[in-house]
Amino acid sequence: MPDPGTGEPLLRTAHQLIVENDDIASTLELPRLASRLDVIREICRHLAPYQAGERPIVGATVIAKDLTIDSLAIMDMVMELEDSFDVSIPMNVVAEIHTVDQLADTILDLRAKR
Amino acid sequence: MGLFDRHAGLLEAYRDVRTTGADPFQIRMERVLSPTEAIINGRKMLLVGTNNYFGLTFDPSCMEAAIEAIRAEGTGTTGSRIANGSYSEHVLLEQEIAEFYGKKHCMVFTTGYQANLGVISTLVGQGDHLLIDADSHASIYDACKMTQAEVVRFKHNDPSSLESRLRRLGDKPGNRLVILEGIYSMLGDSAPLREFVDVCKKYGAYVLVDEAHSLGALGETGRGLCESTGVLDDCHFIVGTFSKTLGAIGGYCVSNDPDFDILRVTVRSYMFTASLPPSIVASVRQALRVVKARPELRKQLWDNVATLYDGLSAQGFKLGPEHGPVVGVHLPDRMTAVGFWRAMLDAGIYVNVAVPPATPNGVSLLRCSVCAVHTREQLEHMIEVMTGIGRQLGVISGTPKLRVVAGSR
Repeated sequence: MPDPGTGEPLLRTAHQLIVENDDIASTLELPRLASRLDVIREICRHLAPYQAGERPIVGATVIAKDLTIDSLAIMDMVMELEDSFDVSIPMNVVAEIHTVDQLADTILDLRAKR
Repeated sequence: MGLFDRHAGLLEAYRDVRTTGADPFQIRMERVLSPTEAIINGRKMLLVGTNNYFGLTFDPSCMEAAIEAIRAEGTGTTGSRIANGSYSEHVLLEQEIAEFYGKKHCMVFTTGYQANLGVISTLVGQGDHLLIDADSHASIYDACKMTQAEVVRFKHNDPSSLESRLRRLGDKPGNRLVILEGIYSMLGDSAPLREFVDVCKKYGAYVLVDEAHSLGALGETGRGLCESTGVLDDCHFIVGTFSKTLGAIGGYCVSNDPDFDILRVTVRSYMFTASLPPSIVASVRQALRVVKARPELRKQLWDNVATLYDGLSAQGFKLGPEHGPVVGVHLPDRMTAVGFWRAMLDAGIYVNVAVPPATPNGVSLLRCSVCAVHTREQLEHMIEVMTGIGRQLGVISGTPKLRVVAGSR
């Protein structure tokens, strides 16, 4: 069914639902109200399989150096994070990111600019 | 730090690969006998890894055309078209390719790699947005490094992933250019092009499709995925290569954009490299005529694809998601892939081995490419050999399984 206002189909993704329907927003909190902790937690969840030995993954972990992840897998992880937090991180920006903290800050900055 | 220290990791992986006793990246064809046979290590080998989809490298009419061109115009042009001028045949070739696609303009490049590299990096610049499929070819990734545009990847063959990225751009200024491939070179799968085109239309994005592996193979008249999915008019730029189905070397880009020819003085990979030699231009022009005149080659190719794909699948091999002129065989890891490849070579069959980082999602593959002139016997022999090796290496179990696979073309 098209939207009477814009003529566009009323099929919405979850992200759009949050914007358009505040009743549902409470059940879809993560993308909307992501805190820094949420973002870090999500990054660490993606990086856990690449942990090297017993060394914990922390904010200062250098992703490409301290972990066993390769550059292609980093780019694939970024693609997943983009969708989790509804932002796009251009490849040249990804190239400048080294630590978990920097990745989290980039995501939060881009969210703030939306 | 020494100049080569940064490659230490790669060097180690490469050393691993070579411990099998053969180096898949330095295979020497001592003598190529035909599109499907060559002498390697003193032995006659069946070739199933050449991208020679129609077998035109030995087509007598293409060979004659090349020889005649050398006699008439010499061995090379010794310069770029911008600095040293075009030969009439360059211009005729461009006209013929443009006509083949029903587009107004065509530019020919010295390789397909240079076509992608130059066109993509030049079409978008500062303030523009380039969106590429995650499994794009290296030439597309390299173009991304050369452009000032912002580059974002979307999930392989996933129009909804592209859509979310176009949506996030909102009303940001700048052109949007989306890069897709007709057939992906590692697993032989095709893009859901019609769905992608719909998304691009909705967000006003330009579409560039690389038909490198689909020229000849797909579409009623062999024009590729753009033709088989009925979106030829919606694709703003089509890129392709002469080095696969057309059996030579070179690349092209066609478009209807009225200002397209400005690329001749802006695309550096066109301007600053020598143009294609007369022999190549002549054989490519003839190969294009053969593609038009002999549609049965396309049918033979797909019959052969079905024989190989269905045969391997029935034995339990894990393959790419659909029938394609490239048949990618999944293997559990790099060393198994290299060992399998080596065993194939020992058995007289040459295929390609593809291992990370050249493959998507870190998979290890045997990459087979099918030729229209492979015989059924050759392919059935190959399935038998692969089944034997697969069982020895524990890649497949002893009993064949029957599985129905949907064909796609």
